[in-house]
Amino acid sequence: MTMDFSWFKWLMFIVAAALSIVGSLMMVTRRNAIHSALWMIATFIAIAVIYVMQNAQFIAIAQVMVYAGAIMMLILFVIMLVNLEKDSAPERKFSSRKFTGAIITIMLFFEVLVVGTAYQITGREAVYSAGMLQRAGNVRVMGSLLYGQYLFPFELASILLLIGIVGAVILAKGKKE
Amino acid sequence: MLQDIPHGFYFILSGILFTIGCIGAITRRNAIVIFMCIELMLNAVNLAFITAGNALSSMDGAVFVFFIMTVAAVEAAVGLAIFITIFRLKGTINADEVNLLKG
Repeated sequence: MTMDFSWFKWLMFIVAAALSIVGSLMMVTRRNAIHSALWMIATFIAIAVIYVMQNAQFIAIAQVMVYAGAIMMLILFVIMLVNLEKDSAPERKFSSRKFTGAIITIMLFFEVLVVGTAYQITGREAVYSAGMLQRAGNVRVMGSLLYGQYLFPFELASILLLIGIVGAVILAKGKKE
Repeated sequence: MLQDIPHGFYFILSGILFTIGCIGAITRRNAIVIFMCIELMLNAVNLAFITAGNALSSMDGAVFVFFIMTVAAVEAAVGLAIFITIFRLKGTINADEVNLLKG
């Protein structure tokens, strides 16, 4: 006998989607940058939940560790280093820049809505179904892909990371007196 | 018995998150908050990748997201180092006041 857990999937989806939307809205609207960063972490974790629901467990864990852990910690540190000034003079309530931005984003949103409702997925069905991933193991499949078919981009990514580390150190070190 | 969640819902969620990130990147002035909004837009794109990969039962979406995450990590490190440099130079990271390249 198999239990029907689809209601639970819906519940998880609704909660995670609501949390990610609310978190990102708060992130955009908070005036204090630290509050923005904390709401951003909540958003990232909610998105990780949605990744788990889509058979991407490895990416979900990487999301929590890389984004919610490493990148946001870096951002919090830089906010504390840099954000000395209190909020500058309140922005004008209505400016042409905001008006243009609003028009552009509303258009963008409706385009995305149209695509989200009227899309048609094209392309060949691959072999990595949910059952196959469960039998072989998500991380194992991911690793064999990264070290097999995608070996060259993987090595390039390592070089990119090295260059990024060196560049960040050189930039942040500043000039010697 | 309920239906499984249609993939369109995930795509719409991805679009909503991308739009919110775009609004933030346009309206905010603090460079770090703009940077965080761009990270949010990257995350929305990642969500669309994962959804499309899952819909086709393919792992390519997850692999692409892996590489996007790598690039985002590098971007975070270098971008924040640039913010620190700008702060040393100008004493502010308000995006409206950083106009050294203005003729």
